[in-house]
Amino acid sequence: MAGKTLYDKIWDAHVVHTDAASGESLLYIDLHLIHEVTTPQAFDGLKTAGRKVRRPDLTLAVADHNTPTEKQALGMAGVTDPEARNQLETLTRNVAEYGIEYFPMGDIRNGIVHVVGPEQGRTQPGMTIVCGDSHTSTHGAFGALAHGIGTSEVEHVLATQTLRARKMGNFAVEVSGRLQDGVTAKDLALHIIGLIGTAGGTGHVIEFRGEAIEALSMEGRMTLCNLAIEGGARAGLIAPDEKTLDYMKGRPASPKAGAWEVAETYWKTLNSDDDAAWDHVVHVDGGAVEPTITWGTSPEQAIPVSGKTPVPEEIADPVKRAAAERALDYMGLEPGVPIAGTPVQRVFIGSCTNSRIEDLRAAAAIAKGNKVVDGVRAMVVPGSGLVRAQAEAEGLDIVLMEAGFEWREPGCSMCLGMNPDILSPGERCASTSNRNFEGRQGRGGRTHLMSPALAARAAITGVIG
Amino acid sequence: MKAFRTLTGTAAPLMEKGKPMSNVDTDMIIPKQFLKTTTRTGLSKGLFHELKTNADGSENPDFVLNKPQYAKASILIVGENFGCGSSREHAPWALLDQGITCVIAPSFADIFHNNCYKNGILPVRLPVDVCEQLAAQAGGANHVFTIDLESQTVTTPDGAQHHFDVDRGRKSNLLEGLDEIGASLTSADEISEFETKRRLMTPWLEPAN
Repeated sequence: MAGKTLYDKIWDAHVVHTDAASGESLLYIDLHLIHEVTTPQAFDGLKTAGRKVRRPDLTLAVADHNTPTEKQALGMAGVTDPEARNQLETLTRNVAEYGIEYFPMGDIRNGIVHVVGPEQGRTQPGMTIVCGDSHTSTHGAFGALAHGIGTSEVEHVLATQTLRARKMGNFAVEVSGRLQDGVTAKDLALHIIGLIGTAGGTGHVIEFRGEAIEALSMEGRMTLCNLAIEGGARAGLIAPDEKTLDYMKGRPASPKAGAWEVAETYWKTLNSDDDAAWDHVVHVDGGAVEPTITWGTSPEQAIPVSGKTPVPEEIADPVKRAAAERALDYMGLEPGVPIAGTPVQRVFIGSCTNSRIEDLRAAAAIAKGNKVVDGVRAMVVPGSGLVRAQAEAEGLDIVLMEAGFEWREPGCSMCLGMNPDILSPGERCASTSNRNFEGRQGRGGRTHLMSPALAARAAITGVIG
Repeated sequence: MKAFRTLTGTAAPLMEKGKPMSNVDTDMIIPKQFLKTTTRTGLSKGLFHELKTNADGSENPDFVLNKPQYAKASILIVGENFGCGSSREHAPWALLDQGITCVIAPSFADIFHNNCYKNGILPVRLPVDVCEQLAAQAGGANHVFTIDLESQTVTTPDGAQHHFDVDRGRKSNLLEGLDEIGASLTSADEISEFETKRRLMTPWLEPAN
């Protein structure tokens, strides 16, 4: 019999019940992260049915999607959009009613839900983690089975602490060699998505494996797993190792001495067996990956920053050809021209993909001693209050502000533009976020996904490159 | 969830350069400015907002659901990887509010696919060439299709039938409009037993510890 993958092991350890007729399982959930946008209707449903939250102690709430990124100290008075305020107030009421721990806006522990979980030590290897947000895949960096769910499922998890789930397939992405200097996890992620496509991982959990993955920092691993969903996989996974444990040690919710040792013994069993059976395997030469950005309106429309926009006539697949034509038109780009040198008007450094300390250090290293060019507005939005505080302790805020970057308060911000941070029609943005869909950052806005270093460089040169 | 058994209604093809549009993401189905609601209803105003309106806010007469013959469509025909991107359940809620309870596509993104079932919307998977054929028929003068979940068939205006596959469990849940939470809570004892075992095996996962 073949061995088990890491996903198989976590799955098996969490199955409460499997219905033989339907093949559907109830999967126990170790951590349920919630935020203001995808929960009001779930709590409403719970109330209507007279149900309780089964495990408020395994649930953690933050406000992140539509919080403003300035003047958070004003509290609700600083939230000018009445609908956003209503959502935030609804969450505040719901968590109080059900006794759920909540880091509200302005609390130093508040921030983007996928930054907060790991930072607090709530994210641990071997766990099952869900959240009404597709980028929940981020937590897979710790060897946790983590994925996004819809609001009906949020309600189901609140009521039962389980999820109705079907086993997905096992997909290995093996990255050999070492990334070149200056090539980051973001470049690797965009490269992989370009390779497998945005539907490449549909129905699967992707485990990222190999020397180049082991060499990534925890921040880099989170960036990579965060983007697994953009390759169609609900969850990304990386086996825990010493780096994982080093990152977790001493965090508020990490196991304390005594319990830690017991946990560590278990965590060390969390890896795929050598004879595990994979449904798909893709090999990537890590050393050949170049700094990579997107030119179009899908994360799979990725090219090396040294590359050219595609020529639709040269694309054989009619679906991809039509998509390329539409994307070139929307992005205001000519076919077959170098992407480098394309002028940008906005720069956004932030989001659950790239707003951690390492990302801010990378941006500051480029910004140091330089100036944001006239005509470009550049914004840095740390992922949490604690990331912001650490960056300030390291003086990164001063470096960035002296260079002309705006230094903001934490939140999802311009990644999805639910708060006031949005693009105007036709504006082009160098963005460290995760989606370049039409209108994602504002109607008519043009988004190029890239690493923090490339985004910072775009700010000081005014062009992609 | 609401039950889905049979549906006879207008099918609207969402096209892009003569083919069913692929990779339609949930930002396109319902953009962010409509996510600030605390209810599940009234979301049709945001459905395909940037496709159905021009930049100045006026109605785009070329958008399929703006055409009088498709205004009451209950079936949508689209291309591959429909519903990719964000997990927002506002996407199926907006479709439902518009009266669309069946989407036909060659493939769906996982989370959207799941969210459809939770809301009584049937996502029908058919091969690319069949979807193209159905879209062409829906674009014709007679665009009334019948979907039958029990027999797993799509019947086109000319009487042709196409069989589709559907997961057995999802099918029976949808046919009976199962209250999934209620049904899961019948396993409450098993959940409690699991929790007892969990406290012993992985005690560090209890926040109280």
